[in-house]
Amino acid sequence: MNIYIYIACMAGVTFLIRVLPLTLIRKEIKNRTLRSFLYYVPYVTLAVMTFPAILNATQSPIAAAVALLVAIVLAWLRRGLFTVATASCLTVLLLELFL
Amino acid sequence: MTRRQWFFRGMHAGIPISLGYFAVSIALGITARQAGITAWQAALTSLLINASAGEYAGFALITVGAGYIEVLLMETVANARYLLMSAALSQKLKGGVPLWQRLLLGFTVTDEIFGVSIGLPCALDPFFTYGVFCVATLGWTSGTFVGAVLGNVLPARLLSALSVALYGMFISVFIPEARKSRVVAVLVAVSFAASFACAYLPVISQISEGIRIIVLTVVISLAAALLFPINEKEKEGEA
Repeated sequence: MNIYIYIACMAGVTFLIRVLPLTLIRKEIKNRTLRSFLYYVPYVTLAVMTFPAILNATQSPIAAAVALLVAIVLAWLRRGLFTVATASCLTVLLLELFL
Repeated sequence: MTRRQWFFRGMHAGIPISLGYFAVSIALGITARQAGITAWQAALTSLLINASAGEYAGFALITVGAGYIEVLLMETVANARYLLMSAALSQKLKGGVPLWQRLLLGFTVTDEIFGVSIGLPCALDPFFTYGVFCVATLGWTSGTFVGAVLGNVLPARLLSALSVALYGMFISVFIPEARKSRVVAVLVAVSFAASFACAYLPVISQISEGIRIIVLTVVISLAAALLFPINEKEKEGEA
């Protein structure tokens, strides 16, 4: 098994998935249901990927749960991406000193 | 705004993404090393693929010596959400963008880069996204390299903390939208609950995580689209 063939397989299929819709869909989609579907997709998929996966990412699931809450509150208060990501990391770092 | 201005605005938006990527990809580099991949090969993988879930899944398969076909299938499943994001971007894109730029724009699609691009209050100039990508991939690729080189040196406590950075980034994409739209807020709650249930229910929890993510995304988004179709006027204001 050649590592470069593995990398080529991963890169090739990922590239195709990413470019096919952008190159094939040239017109504005008129269908209201389809438009709504495409609007909801990114938020739903990111939410699905976040929970419960975040609980298994850290050594202590409790620290991860608190970090999740901290991130949600900060994002709700319109803090930027970097602030939210850093604050959640710091929360885990601090809590795992005690847990 | 000119292309140049869009590019610099994109680079600016890419800085926090790049920092987050750097932290997250260190963990990815460690996984690569465990799969017997050199730091340079791991960095090359990150530069070309630029997808967290896809790379993790790929490295895991390489570790067990899986076949090329298996890797192709796994990447399709792990990255299928980009198909949907790319379709959404096709609607956000400004008019008159040539094919080669559509290919280039497609190549840059990741969860976060998509997030900031779709979040723009106007039609998307691809140069904004190129700016984001150039800065972001620097963090992603170098983080993977650093992780593969000195992964075993970093204390477990630090790695544990770094591993939530990725989720922090996801949260900062969907929560602001949930604040704007009550439907999105409800969808986030439903998504959390459904994803949690599917991760622990017998039988369903045996299905690969990649497939679970796609099925849940399609089912929940489709139900929402049928029950709460977006207001066209409102959408025009956004687009």
